[in-house]
Amino acid sequence: MALDPTDVRKIAELARLEISDSELTIYTHSLAQILDLVGQMNVVDTTGISPMAHPSDSPLRLRQDLVTEQDHREGFQKIAPATESGLYLVPKVIE
Amino acid sequence: MQWETVIGLEVHVQLRTKSKLFSGASIAFGAEPNTQACEVDIALPGVLPVMNRDAAYMAVKLGLAIDATINIQSVFARKNYFYPDLPKGYQISQYEIPIVERGKLDIEVDGKKKTIGITRAHLEEDAGKSLHEEFHSNTGIDLNRAGTPLVEVVSEPDMRSPAEAVAYLKKLHALVRYLDICDGNMQEGSFRCDANISMRPKGQEKLGIRAEIKNINSFRFVEKAIEYEIERQIDVLEGGGEVVQETRLYDAAKNETRSMRSKEEAHDYRYFPDPDLPPLMLDDEFIQSTKDSLPELPAAKRQRFIDQYRLSDYDAGVLTTSRELADYYETVAANAGDAKLAANWVSGELAAYLNKESLDLDQAPISAELLGGLVKRITDNTISGKIAKDIFEAMWVGGGDADSIIDSKGLKQISDSGALEKIVDETIAANPGQAEQYKNGETKLIGYFVGQIMKATQGKANPKQVNEILKKKLG
Repeated sequence: MALDPTDVRKIAELARLEISDSELTIYTHSLAQILDLVGQMNVVDTTGISPMAHPSDSPLRLRQDLVTEQDHREGFQKIAPATESGLYLVPKVIE
Repeated sequence: MQWETVIGLEVHVQLRTKSKLFSGASIAFGAEPNTQACEVDIALPGVLPVMNRDAAYMAVKLGLAIDATINIQSVFARKNYFYPDLPKGYQISQYEIPIVERGKLDIEVDGKKKTIGITRAHLEEDAGKSLHEEFHSNTGIDLNRAGTPLVEVVSEPDMRSPAEAVAYLKKLHALVRYLDICDGNMQEGSFRCDANISMRPKGQEKLGIRAEIKNINSFRFVEKAIEYEIERQIDVLEGGGEVVQETRLYDAAKNETRSMRSKEEAHDYRYFPDPDLPPLMLDDEFIQSTKDSLPELPAAKRQRFIDQYRLSDYDAGVLTTSRELADYYETVAANAGDAKLAANWVSGELAAYLNKESLDLDQAPISAELLGGLVKRITDNTISGKIAKDIFEAMWVGGGDADSIIDSKGLKQISDSGALEKIVDETIAANPGQAEQYKNGETKLIGYFVGQIMKATQGKANPKQVNEILKKKLG
């Protein structure tokens, strides 16, 4: 399947990845190869086969609704770059 | 041109669990920032989500109550976007296969009934909160809310006016309270609404381009925001322009909606099934036991009130608008000995006082038992309805129960016929002219005599007996 460099730029932007022009060529090529492989799989006739949501057969495990976690804010915030009044600080987000 | 408004609503219902959707951290409101955000919620590496069973139970409860299809297998997906209050970089939600699909809710506007389709209701986790003020041009992040379980209820674009939208929203709000799956607190954000609004020429099938309004946190604002948006879109369309498909924010202080363009480019969420979470499987036993646990729903309760208490459809509708009000009414009725009279007092005097002082029912200073006790004294002829209103007022400001007020103020109705006859005789004697006119056929004057007697007894005379005695003596 064809993939052009603008698609790759957009995907990178959505994933917040910075890629250089030379990397762009490499990624365009290797991503196209992945899509080719998907294209090969698409040839297989899957009529009557229900889509798989997860490779594991086991259903989702459910837990009881109990509060089991304690407050570890102090520990967590030791590795945060900036905190104040118990809040994590980040560069201003403008709505 | 005649325009038709098309409205669809997305409501985020915060589930009343104790812990989060995928972690054991508490979801209690109002804690110190970040003290209820564990490793899973703040997305430290190596953690895995484990789903809360009660969240599934509550979502199924809702699904059953709106006559929806419950999907035996539903799938969690990652909705990817970057925002500081979303530490994982994705929100765990349900996309292709939600837990609940194709339900409905009946609404009523100006006596007209209408069914609103519900496309789906899916489970998802909430994000944290961003605080934009006072941090030296930084944004503060509180992740206590991150991971809180929500059910997002998505309606069909079936509503045609702000009034219908509000009616739907109120109905859904009452329902989640009835089901006890949400505390319904809109100020705290437990019940939040986004509205999709578009206009089309009347008679046209094809939908117009819609705008989505976010951040509407009261019934009144929903109405106002939609009204504003309708006018804005008509202006744009009649000015020859096109409505832009975008997210807009409602500003309650200015009563306007405005564009949130910053979010537009990010509208590519790249959903995919979350590899950390296998499908959620529900068995028949789970669904059946959930069904068995459902409380009496509003429509059934309304019908029961009509059958059991002989109330009108209207009264039954009013008294079942919320579970709290219905419970309150039933307690009053049980204590009052007259269900119809009890209904009049709850939807009359009580509602008027609550409304006047902008109080919610749970803040009412008179308990249902005490109000029932007051109505009981009307039923058994201890006091008249008029005196009861004065006693109600005294009870409202903390005067205690009806009986002690009746005793202490000597308000007991005069039903002793000897005493009443004496008063009637005196009154007739004091008004010979009116008595003469009455005898000459001006029977309307009986009202005048009743008034005089009530005045003389400070309203304590039993009006029914007074009428009978008067008729006998005057006639």
